[in-house]
Amino acid sequence: MEIKRLSGGRRAYDRTLRFLLYLCAFITCALLVCIIGFIFVRGLPHVTWQLLSTAPSHIRQTIGILPNILNTLYIIFVTLIIVLPLGVGAAVYLTEYAKNRRLVSAIEFATETLTGIPSIIYGLVGMLFFVQFCSLGTSLLAGGLTLVVMTLPTIIRTTQESLKTVPQSYREGALGLGAGKWHMIRTIVLPSSVDGIVTGCILAIGRVVGESAALLYTAGMGLTVNNFFEAMGSSGATLTVSLYMYAMERGEIEVAFAIASILMILTLVINLSAKLVGKKLKKQ
Amino acid sequence: MDEILHIAQPEETPKAKEKGRERDKTPKSAPEHAPLRAMEKIMGAIFFLCGIIAIVFVLFISVYLIISGLPAIREIGLIDFLFGTKWASTAAEPQFGILPFILTSVYGTAGAIVLGVPVGLMTAIFISKVAPRKVAGIVRPAVDLLAGIPSVVYGLIGMIVLVPAVRTVFGLPDGATLFAAIIVLAVMILPSIVSVSETALNAVPKEYEEASLALGATHIETVFRVSVPAASSGIAASIVLGIGRAIGEAMAIMMVAGNVANMPSLFRSVRFLTTAVASEMSYAAVGSLQRNALFSIALVLFLFIMLINVVLNSLLKKSRDK
Repeated sequence: MEIKRLSGGRRAYDRTLRFLLYLCAFITCALLVCIIGFIFVRGLPHVTWQLLSTAPSHIRQTIGILPNILNTLYIIFVTLIIVLPLGVGAAVYLTEYAKNRRLVSAIEFATETLTGIPSIIYGLVGMLFFVQFCSLGTSLLAGGLTLVVMTLPTIIRTTQESLKTVPQSYREGALGLGAGKWHMIRTIVLPSSVDGIVTGCILAIGRVVGESAALLYTAGMGLTVNNFFEAMGSSGATLTVSLYMYAMERGEIEVAFAIASILMILTLVINLSAKLVGKKLKKQ
Repeated sequence: MDEILHIAQPEETPKAKEKGRERDKTPKSAPEHAPLRAMEKIMGAIFFLCGIIAIVFVLFISVYLIISGLPAIREIGLIDFLFGTKWASTAAEPQFGILPFILTSVYGTAGAIVLGVPVGLMTAIFISKVAPRKVAGIVRPAVDLLAGIPSVVYGLIGMIVLVPAVRTVFGLPDGATLFAAIIVLAVMILPSIVSVSETALNAVPKEYEEASLALGATHIETVFRVSVPAASSGIAASIVLGIGRAIGEAMAIMMVAGNVANMPSLFRSVRFLTTAVASEMSYAAVGSLQRNALFSIALVLFLFIMLINVVLNSLLKKSRDK
């Protein structure tokens, strides 16, 4: 109705831009739908029980991705167990302890820098330091430690955000009752920001699952089934690294697509659960 | 108790602080509080250490890259290294010129920005200003999901769909080219551009838009002539973030760019700074000049990224201050 009263030029401007907006949003969604659809159509038929539950065997000429699934779980576990205390501790320091503004902004700058560093550089430094200098060898432990550095900013940021939402009166109440600072943090602040910490963990898991460049030269390409402690000391390919290997070096495109569809399902689950936890956080 | 009071009032004057400390010394602090107080101190120290660990990591990475990157640059010569046009690391007379990689990274990133920014920005505007709530509720998670897809999956699709398509459409002998890499990069930077621009657009004060509407501008005119300029520094930040993502991406383009150290051209197989490091690292002998040169490439890449980070930070600060 309003548009009818506009001059021709303005009407054209309005219509063209509106069309472009819809077009671009459509392109973005279509890209996603096509990518997911294509991966599932090509990959899901090849996701068989045998693929999921065995290790690759030269004798039987079969390929299985059980070692890669296990390696991915191991590396998630190692990374989280180290990065969680560090990241939560850093966030607590920033919101509860730090008084020096310069130091706070330096820490925040460093955190943002860590977010921006490409994963191939993490891989390189991880290889030089953890693999060679600390002589851990190409192992899941070295890979996990590299990922600790990578995921630290994620944990710090999400924890910090949820710490900020803890009402100041909670802290004052605890301190007023005579609690020490650490006691206050342990019993009041951290429990009320647990949702944010969980969101941080989920996002960190997402990053670990999707990472490949940083792991290629730190965690290596091993394909044997190990228990947790053996795996820490030996090289092992995660799902992403094995996708790369099967696609680029072995030419097993169907296996690569099967792994890709598993990765897509994981991504979907991770995104969904991050969203659910985030929603719960907002409600509080 | 005094310690607690002291902590609870962080803004107290230095004088009051001194007083507090004096009071600490008085015999009032009962001995049974000593372990508790020690615990508080220890935890304070631990949190401080956790706090500065990010700084330690950044310094450590920088120092490590500089130390391991400099020897090769010194041996090859800075000018020859940066501006040499030929990379033949395994030839009988090896040459280490990384200009092809630098230019490929720059061209590839520029191409991805040219393709990705308009689509990303328009999508952000759509989500933030135009879309009905329900539609925005579908598009936004879609963008988030796009951000979560692992880069090897993008690489795989690029390799299987895009590369053959480029080959047949342009009639090339091989489709693994800079062009294919640019398209993959454009898709990969899309989510960062959308989400940062959207945040900036959402932060534009309602009054600006209402004033424009009251003056008789249409909704679309308001969005493009008022909201977008008002969010310009946030949008600029999103573009810089996209540049950072594109320059740093390795695995996906390794799978689609063909990985030959050519000078960049749209329909030629090329190698980026990141892929140059990743592709030769597996077989370069420890201690060899080839391997050291790879560290030097990483150093150059790192310097690019640090520059981008500084720009990004100042832009983000600017948009927050607004």
